[in-house]
Amino acid sequence: MNNFTYYQPQSVAQALPLLENRWGRVELLAGGTDLLDRLKEYVSTPERIVSLTAIEGPFREISAIPQAGQPPKVTIGAGVRLVDIAESKLLAPYPALTTAAAQIAGPQIRNMGTLGGSLCQRNRCWYFRDTHIQCLLKGGRKCYAHEGENQFHAIFTQGHPCVIVHPSTLAPPLIALGATAQIVSPRGNRELPLEKMFQAPSKPDQREHTLAPDEILLSVTVAPNLPPGTRLANASYEVKQKVTSDWPLVQAAVAFAIEPGSQRARNVRIVLGHVAPTPLLSPEAAQELEGKVVTEATAATAAAAAIQGARPLSQNGYKVPMLKAAVKRAILLAAGFKPDWE
Amino acid sequence: MSQPKQTGRDGITRRGFLTGSGLAAATVGTLSSTAPAALDPSSAATPIAFGPAPVRLAFTVNGRPVQVQVEPRVTLLDALRNYLDVTGCKRVCDRGTCGACTVQVDGRAVYACTLLAIEARGKDIRTAENLAQGDTLDAVPAAFVRCDAQQCGFCTPGFVMALRAALDKNPRATVAELEQAVAGNICRCGTYEQMRQAIAQLVRKEG
Repeated sequence: MNNFTYYQPQSVAQALPLLENRWGRVELLAGGTDLLDRLKEYVSTPERIVSLTAIEGPFREISAIPQAGQPPKVTIGAGVRLVDIAESKLLAPYPALTTAAAQIAGPQIRNMGTLGGSLCQRNRCWYFRDTHIQCLLKGGRKCYAHEGENQFHAIFTQGHPCVIVHPSTLAPPLIALGATAQIVSPRGNRELPLEKMFQAPSKPDQREHTLAPDEILLSVTVAPNLPPGTRLANASYEVKQKVTSDWPLVQAAVAFAIEPGSQRARNVRIVLGHVAPTPLLSPEAAQELEGKVVTEATAATAAAAAIQGARPLSQNGYKVPMLKAAVKRAILLAAGFKPDWE
Repeated sequence: MSQPKQTGRDGITRRGFLTGSGLAAATVGTLSSTAPAALDPSSAATPIAFGPAPVRLAFTVNGRPVQVQVEPRVTLLDALRNYLDVTGCKRVCDRGTCGACTVQVDGRAVYACTLLAIEARGKDIRTAENLAQGDTLDAVPAAFVRCDAQQCGFCTPGFVMALRAALDKNPRATVAELEQAVAGNICRCGTYEQMRQAIAQLVRKEG
């Protein structure tokens, strides 16, 4: 890798002036599990690296505030490691998130990688990661995955010049749970629904997220607002080629409220992961489940709706039925069904 | 890896960085009231910029305080192997995948190839060398020896460090938990069955 000047600010305020208003010359470093690979492959060649590892306080903590009649409001600092999310007792009401964190890569990566890194990492397309290939995201004229080796690429491809899949496994459960992102820049603080923090990039000055180059993700907050008297159901289900240390081929994360008595599902949110350039909310699938009692049949109907818009590439049609199964299983798991498929 | 021209500075102070980098003071001035407080003058003595010239780093390796002078781009793995002659951690994939470089940093198992040495300043590093005192082996490598749980042995230091970290975290870890603990390590010889026997012995011993 190229050499660089290394900065280790002690606070977010100290870090902000080190950033620039354009991408390329500065990279943020947290766990390093994405950045070091990019540096070694010369996919990223920054002159400065700003390490966030010395920043203490809320940036590195999980905190919970009880809410009357609701699951707790939990704020997770962007610097919190994946292992600590997976094992957090404060996050126990959110198994969609903790089980997803526990399944990311292997233990060493979970000991190093952070929430912020999971959400802000670059995509894993092998054309993007190949130093010698000038794809769209590196200023080239074409996306090589469209006609090339695309078995791990997007199946929701409509209107996307670049057909990466978004690499975060934490984004789908967080979006399903209605999480918000807290972001800081020299212009002040802002907060936005997490699903608005992602975009489908198609050129070098765009990343997979919508943060400006001089912004830092501070934390993500989960604060469900359920209809009175209901209880929260949530789960994440993913399919991988290997049991562990692998990227999901497809992922489905679901969250909904269950009415007492009638057992009907309300406020359904279903998010698809690793199938599109962004984590993908599926209002079609949610609509099918809204107001219904979760059964094998209603879960299957919602799953069928989730794949309606899929337009797979030449080599990844297999992902479509796989995604359908993942959505159905995530819904059943959330509703408390015992898995009978493994 | 080429060495850039020495500047004679191991690290520059925050003040030196702010003066030298041409950073617009206006950037700091535009911090709005909702942003965190501007730079804390009391921290002015804390250097926050290092390199690109080699930087002197101090950390502890297997209980021994060490110093090493390396560029910011040098990984902990390369600092240990090439500068400190601590060669138990192996360089195989160098991409955070195979696990041969696994070391403990402040007790956590990490890939030394994926951590910059400069990020390990002040930390407690443990490598496979730490699992022997003279001729006495730690329980984990001892179980590997008893079960013949290696063939070429190149991956072994990583496996035993991953298992040691898991047992340090939870001495009563189950077989399933220990198998998960080595899920980030690969053995190309395929001695997994013997490793499973070693894990079974470790669970009986420590459980």
